Amino acid sequence: MSKRLINLLTPIFAVLLGIILGTIIMLVSGYNPVDAFIALGQGAFGDVYQTGEVVRQVTPYILAGLAVAFAFRVGLFNIGVEGQFIVGWLAAVWVGVTFELPTIIHIPLAILAAMLAGGLWAFIPGLLKARFRVHEVIVTIMMNYIALHVVNYIVNTKMNQGSSKTGKIHETASLRSEWLSNLTTGSSIHWGIIIAIICCFIMWFLLEKTTRGFELRAVGFNQDAAHYAGMSVNKNIILSMVISGCFAGIAGAMEGLGTFGYMAVQGGFTGVGFNGIAVALLGGNTAIGVFFAALLFGILKIGALSMPLAGVPKELVDIIIALIVFFVAASYMIRIVLERFSKKGVK
Amino acid sequence: MSELLFSLSHTVLATANAHEGLSLMKILMIVVPSALLWAAPLVFTSLGGVFSERSGVVNIGLEGLMVIGAFSAIVFNLTFVDTFGSATPWVALLVAMVAGALFSILHAVAAITFRADHTVSGVAINLLAVGLTMFLVKLIYNKGETDIIKQGFSKIDIPILKDIPVLGKIFFQNTYWTSFVAIFVAFIAWYVIYKTPFGLRLRSVGEHPMAADTMGINVTKMRYLGVIISGALGGIGGGVYAQSISSNFNHATISGQGFMALAAMIFGKWHPLGAMGAALFFGFAQSISIIGSSLPFLSNIPNVYLFIAPYVLTILALTGFIGRAEAPKADGVHYIKGSR
Repeated sequence: MSKRLINLLTPIFAVLLGIILGTIIMLVSGYNPVDAFIALGQGAFGDVYQTGEVVRQVTPYILAGLAVAFAFRVGLFNIGVEGQFIVGWLAAVWVGVTFELPTIIHIPLAILAAMLAGGLWAFIPGLLKARFRVHEVIVTIMMNYIALHVVNYIVNTKMNQGSSKTGKIHETASLRSEWLSNLTTGSSIHWGIIIAIICCFIMWFLLEKTTRGFELRAVGFNQDAAHYAGMSVNKNIILSMVISGCFAGIAGAMEGLGTFGYMAVQGGFTGVGFNGIAVALLGGNTAIGVFFAALLFGILKIGALSMPLAGVPKELVDIIIALIVFFVAASYMIRIVLERFSKKGVK
Repeated sequence: MSELLFSLSHTVLATANAHEGLSLMKILMIVVPSALLWAAPLVFTSLGGVFSERSGVVNIGLEGLMVIGAFSAIVFNLTFVDTFGSATPWVALLVAMVAGALFSILHAVAAITFRADHTVSGVAINLLAVGLTMFLVKLIYNKGETDIIKQGFSKIDIPILKDIPVLGKIFFQNTYWTSFVAIFVAFIAWYVIYKTPFGLRLRSVGEHPMAADTMGINVTKMRYLGVIISGALGGIGGGVYAQSISSNFNHATISGQGFMALAAMIFGKWHPLGAMGAALFFGFAQSISIIGSSLPFLSNIPNVYLFIAPYVLTILALTGFIGRAEAPKADGVHYIKGSR
């Protein structure tokens, strides 16, 4: 079996194993898995409204997945997407609320602000990694909590327009559209999905088709070799974290300019950043893989909301997603099995 | 850190003088027990982190292990309170310990046997813990959270010690046994890790697994033990939190305590007593951020500074501004026999 095929089969097996274990958990708990999966399917595709909701949910997942994947390709684990996402959300809403500009300027400006905020939030761990060799995982985790508390503080004291929320953004900064909403009988779908798909292309182009992308990947493969070839490892580390943070910031802008149109005080993490890790891993850290993995998780998450109709708690889907991450992480196990099988085939 | 505490207490002193009515003594009698209360779960869990990472397995699944501990302690407490009476919280703590240890085996299997990236496996543990426990809460109680326990850890005065003049009032009255057990366990952990053959082996597989293997130490076994001990301690941490602070279990019961314990472990430089000291300090910061508004001199300071203090300090410690924190050499590195 070729390496390529194994790379493709591993995530598929991980998903299957996750669903099988989820089914077993339902059986043991006395639920009917067939009903549950039918409810899930109808919850995601039952009518156009639900499909609209899936698209809306997929949008930030794609971007968060791209953020994690981009850093991974350079050999860095950006677990701080959640924090960069939150600061990006706030920055986008701030521009949306504060300025009055024509749409053609307002939306790009708001997204740019979100990119800057997310990029800055990721710049710090990048700099510390490059300058002091501090492990980025710990710093980004800490930055997540700093983001959460600082953003809550700003929303609560500086931008509060009642009930711990900021004011609504101006229409000119909104990604929502009457037309899309009517098309899906009033779902919260917005134009952000187009931006997310464009970002997939940008990531693919940047990494695969440019000299800079070649350098970034080289650093990801082997820092010493990259250094020996005359590339600046430190510069590429910082750059990759900043670009990763920009993607995460845009993901936040999608929530601020599209889904919600405001920012509220967050009781805890939104989970988008952590799901981004799952998306990136399942997607094999490629742009196209991230797209499909985000689609799968979006369907699961939105479909899960209908599972209580079949009497099954929606948390079952969280268990399945966690198991998928687990099996992708432990893919060595799946590889061993696959390689055994292929060797037997040769004999 | 002691300097920091010293200067903090100086500020407290200065401002307390400015406010009549709340004497320094009274303030300390509010702040210290509250700090000890909040610190106890962090101390246990950060010690768990020390055991795991000293053996060379990165464990950011501490959060998930605390979730499992909190959940199992609360469920056991609610179910068996009539059987065990006032001993219930302690028995529930043992249950939480076992549950945490069992759950952590998943992390061990993935990270050690199947060579999963330790951080990714930890993320999976965290996701799985929240999903699984909330699924079970809905299955058992048919709603989004459990009932409130009737028999949690309660405030006590420590016998004999409470009669020490001044100090007794501040440290040993209106407090919780769990805080003192936590500190005691930290000293045991220090003894185990630094003074026993087991501890030497544990540290050696975390520093240089190949050398340890050559000397006949079973690297896989030691690492499994490190992770399982961390699961047990993380479970206890969650159980203590649930039974002395939250009193029930829902999706937000454990929200970041595990990561704060991780921060304490790093700030304490992967040393049991350092981790304990950092956890006590973070507990102090947490309690101040919560009760600060009731203290006159603190109500003017935005509590966001206290909220972010543990995380900012951890970053500074890692960067080297507060004495550089160095991880064990082989932390997060797989040991594959025969590879160089």
